[in-house]
Amino acid sequence: MTIVQQSIESHAPATPAASDEELGLVAALRGGDERAFMMLIERYHGALFRLALIYAGSHAVAEEVVQETWLSVIQGIGRFEGRSSLKTWLFRILTNRAKTRGMREGRSVPFSALRDPADDSAEPSVEPERFDNVNGHWTSSPGDWSEVPEERLLSRETQACIQAAIGALPPNQRTVITMRDVEGWSAEEVCNVLGISESNQRVLLHRARSKVRRALDQYLREE
Amino acid sequence: MDTVELSCKELVELVTEYFEGTLPPAERARFEEHLAGCGYCRLYLEQMRQTIRMAGGLTEESAPAAARDGLLQAFREWKGTR
Repeated sequence: MTIVQQSIESHAPATPAASDEELGLVAALRGGDERAFMMLIERYHGALFRLALIYAGSHAVAEEVVQETWLSVIQGIGRFEGRSSLKTWLFRILTNRAKTRGMREGRSVPFSALRDPADDSAEPSVEPERFDNVNGHWTSSPGDWSEVPEERLLSRETQACIQAAIGALPPNQRTVITMRDVEGWSAEEVCNVLGISESNQRVLLHRARSKVRRALDQYLREE
Repeated sequence: MDTVELSCKELVELVTEYFEGTLPPAERARFEEHLAGCGYCRLYLEQMRQTIRMAGGLTEESAPAAARDGLLQAFREWKGTR
């Protein structure tokens, strides 16, 4: 039975340690188990790529960044202590690689902007003209999406609309909504990987979701 | 006791916190009280839920396959040096 030493550095935010399942996987990887490695790739490759794409200029660069990440994992697995979850460790490697890559290519890297929630001015979630000036109530219905035929909601075109709306977000908002809503991670996981506070994460998520909803709303109103 | 009602305009800014469960109890009560009496805000909340749900459906979009052979090779090389 592996004994995991919990990090007691008081200055570091507490991160959930690797789960038993993950520790088993790590042990298998350390033991040279190829199937375990393939399983790890299977599990996380898609998410790694989707996130790398936010910071890469192209699919090709995103693929390279992910490839480099996997190679770093191979090199580093012997040293992984399980103080953070395997997933957190993996995605931190990715964000570091993406940052390094961005710096090498002379692009300003948005990760540094992640710590500043006020990168755009406090834009309202909904256009102000939708509300009455005096009492702040909706002047008309926001729209009932339950009246939209299910096939339309699930269609490729609607998906493309959402994809495009997410793609148009500032990188930090795009990262948070991708991690939380596309990939389904918890707020804690996102904060651990990105090194941001929960409230910071929430502000980014709020702005991102508001913009995507608005794009969808406009799209669905069109006949 | 805070008896000032939440407006729709204010409510839409609190939706994310509401979903996250991070609204303080008093504010959450005001939020839910407003919702109970406002069909338009209920529609908005439902739109937000749908947006989140549909975003979750995007992972079906495939990422390019990992260059597995190269990675397997690298893994084997590392194995050999352990």
